[in-house]
Amino acid sequence: MSAASLAHAGAAEAHATSTGLNSRKMLFWAFLGSECMFFGSLISTYLVYRGRDATGPHPHEVLNIPFTSVSAFVLLMSSLTMVLALAAVQRGNNRGARIWLAATALLGMTFIAGQCFEFTEFFYDGLKLQGNLFGCTFFVLTGFHGTHVTVGVIWLWTLFGMAMRNRLPRERSLDVEIAGLYWHFVDVVWIAIFTLIYLIQ
Amino acid sequence: MSESTEPHAHSKEHGHPGAKEYLAIATILTVLTAIEVAVFYIPSMKPMLVPTLLTLSAVKFALVAMFYMHLKFDHRLFSWLFVVPMLLAAAVILALLKLFGHW
Amino acid sequence: MATTAAAVPAHAHGESGLWSWVTTVDHKRIGVLYGTTAFVFFLIGGLEALVMRLQLVRPDNTLVSPDFFNQLFTMHGTTMIFLAVMPLSASFFNFVVPLMIGARDVAFPRLNAFSYWVFLLGAVFLNLSFFLGGAPNVGWFAYSNLTSSQYSPGHGVDFWAVGLQILGIASLAAAFNFIVTIINLRAPGMKLMRMPVFVWMTLVTSFLIILAFPVITVALVFLLFDRLTGTNFFVPAAGADPVLWQHLFWLFGHPEVYILILPAMGIVSEVLPTFSRKPLFGYPVVVYSGIFIGFMGWGVWSHHMFSVGLGPFADSFFALTTMLIAIPTGVKIFNWIATVWGGRVELKTPMLFALGFIAMFTMGGLSGFMHASPPADLQQTDTYFVVAHIHYVLFGGAIMGIFAGIYYWFPKVTGRLLNERLGKIHFWGMLIAMNVTFFPMHFVGLLGMPRRVYTYAPNMGFEGMNQVSTIGALLLVPALLVFVWNLVTSARSGKPAGNDPWGGATLEWAIPSPPPPYNFGSIPRVGSLDPLWHKESREAALASNQVRGHIHMPPPSYWPAVSALGITLLMSGMVFGWWFGVPGAILMLLGVYSWAYEPCT
Repeated sequence: MSAASLAHAGAAEAHATSTGLNSRKMLFWAFLGSECMFFGSLISTYLVYRGRDATGPHPHEVLNIPFTSVSAFVLLMSSLTMVLALAAVQRGNNRGARIWLAATALLGMTFIAGQCFEFTEFFYDGLKLQGNLFGCTFFVLTGFHGTHVTVGVIWLWTLFGMAMRNRLPRERSLDVEIAGLYWHFVDVVWIAIFTLIYLIQ
Repeated sequence: MSESTEPHAHSKEHGHPGAKEYLAIATILTVLTAIEVAVFYIPSMKPMLVPTLLTLSAVKFALVAMFYMHLKFDHRLFSWLFVVPMLLAAAVILALLKLFGHW
Repeated sequence: MATTAAAVPAHAHGESGLWSWVTTVDHKRIGVLYGTTAFVFFLIGGLEALVMRLQLVRPDNTLVSPDFFNQLFTMHGTTMIFLAVMPLSASFFNFVVPLMIGARDVAFPRLNAFSYWVFLLGAVFLNLSFFLGGAPNVGWFAYSNLTSSQYSPGHGVDFWAVGLQILGIASLAAAFNFIVTIINLRAPGMKLMRMPVFVWMTLVTSFLIILAFPVITVALVFLLFDRLTGTNFFVPAAGADPVLWQHLFWLFGHPEVYILILPAMGIVSEVLPTFSRKPLFGYPVVVYSGIFIGFMGWGVWSHHMFSVGLGPFADSFFALTTMLIAIPTGVKIFNWIATVWGGRVELKTPMLFALGFIAMFTMGGLSGFMHASPPADLQQTDTYFVVAHIHYVLFGGAIMGIFAGIYYWFPKVTGRLLNERLGKIHFWGMLIAMNVTFFPMHFVGLLGMPRRVYTYAPNMGFEGMNQVSTIGALLLVPALLVFVWNLVTSARSGKPAGNDPWGGATLEWAIPSPPPPYNFGSIPRVGSLDPLWHKESREAALASNQVRGHIHMPPPSYWPAVSALGITLLMSGMVFGWWFGVPGAILMLLGVYSWAYEPCT
């Protein structure tokens, strides 16, 4: 993409709007609102079915709080690196952008790796998707969350690739900001899941 | 009627957080998480477990939303677009819990 | 009205040819695509109903098998709701809303095109079920655990669930688009409380969509997991509760009925003032009532479940909230009546349909209010009494409102008027036929005739009224044929409409019919509600026809269609297997990435 079209992209962003707010950012916040209902329904189902299992395994037999606390911490730190990545892009600091975008993606991948490990452990403890209610509600809820994280990781690596090709200047910081909103939302959903599913049993 | 990405020229005047503030938030989030886990393990905290954890999580949620997602400094409309659906989702959770006899 | 050709980029002039339709991002063309497709599915849904009526014309009839009858009522409901009424409303959102707010297009034109293509492909996918093992046969609300793979073997339910997921994507994308468009793309001076009521109703409907569809998405996810992978979300033996499906479904389903009716209410709120030569009575109250209905609609869902045994607390709570929601609805009706009262009424066809809406919707609202009492509902539920209610509000309400909109805005879309005489024949024929069809259902329902059963025994006292209903349904056919004839001949040789055949109040009547691709030569400045009825705003609106400065229109693109095809193939893989799913995923990624990298200016 040439400098001219980059400038053009920047100019395109400056289309006058009734509120003075950016349309893409507004769209994305509306989307996050919608996602609240999505995860809310998944969490509701988990909570409604909790304690109704005649057969095990049950949460207290399977959930590993220390391990999950660490992965929760990893995801929280990834929000820090994400916001530092955005700050870097906003300052036109391409090197910083690359470092922090990569850091966020890597922390996200660490989280996913942790989930994979955790789920495998649960599987060998007897918790199956097709098993009891705890199995299906837990795996579908956390599975969708993990899928969201994965999509976010792909998104971040895409942005990283753009930064590597010097195509993430200050004028495109909105792209990173929106990716950031997505990433923080996914983190915030994990805060809710960690508390409601792991800590409050 | 212009683009909303704030140039950093006025960041300090408008209280827009910088790296230091972000790190401080991250530290608070870590500490809160540690407290949550501690509350989980300390037997004497058992009776207060649920309200304490819910409160601590709500604070973490709010910190990420207000500072990392920048809602505190952005136009109120974005907050409304997010908070109203979030409250609706919370209401749905509570309603379903009640309908299925959990409280 | 001088236009400077040089100021308008070449691709903004009317494009022609099939490819131009596939790649269009113009909201007006997308509106036409939605409207045409939806109308075809409306006729298909009508055909499904007609066959049911023929089956029910006499007791112990054998026109169709019991299972095929089940497929018919399932597909009739699903088609009318998701493939007819919603996309017909969407066609109005698309064509009219940008014009009414003084915009050149929606906020995200490619996303707009994407919504349409996903809708079309989803609709086709769902209907393929008829030819591939049988359509879904579990009712449009698909209660579990009838829908489990044990009790519904075969692919019918899979087609239904996957089809709705696909259609959900289309609705969500469109809703996000309209929320941003309405909040962010209004002409200078068009404050929120100066927006036409139709735009307000579009906004409320869009919020309902983005909040309600995720819930049914989750319900469908659970259903598909149960059917395709053997999970136990709705398996009683594992401790699950099939009633959870009902809660999740109706948490979506009740807001959905407001999604179905609010746009039509918006249309009626535009038509009545125009043909009464009088502004809408109590504009702010009508707007706030619409908003209240949107909020309160979240608190009533279990009134669809009064016979499930939720207990006295739940039943009482939902009975109360359901009765309360009649209030803002009633308020709107009073405001509409007050609008017409004392006006210089012109009984043109749009006005007839709008007045018909008020009468028929009120009747449907009264039977609805009767359902709000749980003890009464225990007799009414699952009988034809509810079928009567539904059709008075959805046929007498939503569909008549939509026809009001079609007759009202057809001139703007095509530049030609629909024939008035044929319009009146259509209206009266449809009004009479509709009442002949559905009014007897109140009685036969209270006598105990159950819904969704392919036949009934003789000597139950049902025959006479069923015969009447079937005659009514058959009478609908000529009325609709008159409309189709009108549509086709008027599009070709109807009277030229000019910019403003009705003397309307809103911005779309200031520009040519059909509008140029860029809508407004220059964006008008709006000084009041009903701009064309106020001197200064009217002058500004008319002056907007003059092209001033460079007009920048988004170029056409095929990535929305490619992405739509990719997503549909990906999701159809759940029914057809990975050899559909994998190419679908690849196509979707290709489409989405290309779309993201395509310059959008």
